[in-house]
Amino acid sequence: MQNLYIILALFLLLNLLAGMWRILKGPAAADRMLASQLFGTTAVAILLLLAQIESLMALRDVALVFALLAAITAIAFVRRNWPQEPDDAG
Amino acid sequence: MEAVGLWQSAFDLMLGFSLFGLAWRMLFCADLFKSIVLFITFGLLMAIAWVRLEAPDVALAEATIGAGLTGALLMSAFAKLRTLDNSLKSGQPLLPRPRLHVINFWIALLFTVLLTGGLAYAVLSLPSHSPGLSDAVMSQLDSSGVTHPVTAVLLNFRGYDTLLEMAVLLLSIQSVWSMAGMSDAGEVHTSPVLNVLIQLLSPVLILVSAYLLWVGAHAPGGAFQAGSILGAAGVLLVLSGRPLFNLKKSWLIRLMLVAGPAAFIALATLTLINEGQLLKYPVANAANYILLLETLATVSIGTTLLALFVGSQTEAVQQDQSHQ
Amino acid sequence: MMLADILTIILLLGGAFFFLAGTIGLLRFPDVYTRLHALTKADNVGLGLIVTGLAIQAQSWAAAGKLILIWLLVLLAGAGVSYLIANGALARGVAFWKR
Repeated sequence: MQNLYIILALFLLLNLLAGMWRILKGPAAADRMLASQLFGTTAVAILLLLAQIESLMALRDVALVFALLAAITAIAFVRRNWPQEPDDAG
Repeated sequence: MEAVGLWQSAFDLMLGFSLFGLAWRMLFCADLFKSIVLFITFGLLMAIAWVRLEAPDVALAEATIGAGLTGALLMSAFAKLRTLDNSLKSGQPLLPRPRLHVINFWIALLFTVLLTGGLAYAVLSLPSHSPGLSDAVMSQLDSSGVTHPVTAVLLNFRGYDTLLEMAVLLLSIQSVWSMAGMSDAGEVHTSPVLNVLIQLLSPVLILVSAYLLWVGAHAPGGAFQAGSILGAAGVLLVLSGRPLFNLKKSWLIRLMLVAGPAAFIALATLTLINEGQLLKYPVANAANYILLLETLATVSIGTTLLALFVGSQTEAVQQDQSHQ
Repeated sequence: MMLADILTIILLLGGAFFFLAGTIGLLRFPDVYTRLHALTKADNVGLGLIVTGLAIQAQSWAAAGKLILIWLLVLLAGAGVSYLIANGALARGVAFWKR
């Protein structure tokens, strides 16, 4: 079981790294924001798996905090800082 | 069992290289918005790295600050930069990339190599297994009033560290307030979906904040993490466009800002007179003193972080009022 | 005991598959609106399956409850943020994909 947890954590980390391409390429700011939202969820899953491996329950609190605060950056983006999109026609 | 260790090494290697690559891309990226998103991702991976380094306290702090407030603060700061300079669009560099003179390049390279070499020497000359002060902390843990060693060090054995940190936070908000703010170009209208999201999230945020404060006595948690969550709840309310009362004018806010440092100083003075030493609590009451200090510190830290985020917005409110 | 382990393995592998699908979608779909669709697969189903798989192994009901709470919070954030981003993109005239 331990093997499965760590392999899955590694797999999710690789997923996250592959998704990095979307942050680098964009093109719109919304695309980058979406990718970062997906990374937040992936990080929660990785932390939960690591918590199971090390049977350290405090790590679930770290995951809980990530889940709780997942929306804040995106809300700040939508409310405050949506740059003019480069492919914006009007 | 061998295989688990192997996979863990693979995970750690991958994580280390990604952190390095991310930092590189972030620093050498001309587009500020892309840098911000990369920095937020860097924070996520950094929290996982702290977990792998068996430092859950730091991971929790990184999660509360990195995931919550840093992103919102950077987004807000970038928005203000853009109101200053309308030509600043996504995908456009803020500053032209400086061109280094050949001699300057070699001088910079020489210093970098020397610094890296010195650091490498210092790290490699460290004893590979140093007990540090953890034995001393564990032997005194019973008299601290808490069972989590990190909290015992931060609030009891080296309580003055936390006292000074509270003072730094107070100074930071003072310097922000002393600088004239720029008007904020935030949208005013609210969205029904955002309202529901905030109505559901706010109570959970406050509950988790209280939970982290309480759990700090015997597990990773404590005033700083709890305060950051509380601050995040405030930031969420401000972002939803709720008319928060004027932070700068309200005496209640000022009271909340100084409650933590004031309680610390009062207790430090009291213990100095009674026990002859700064922040040396009587053993029987240590747990109560720590809980009291942490509760007030949580309120102050949360309010300070919210005030730092709102910062210049109070100026905009004042200007609006003076126009009427 | 064995049955619980087998169930966990199936659920975790299923979760990992949806994360992979979400990432591929994020990389391959042509515009913001379709990529939103990919993102929610990982949020809702991917994390949901992983959380269920781990909850089976949890030592106490409280631990399982915390796992479910984490999932619900991610669901809430995902749904809210997806709406806000889609709405904002629409208002700012981010183009739809056309064949």
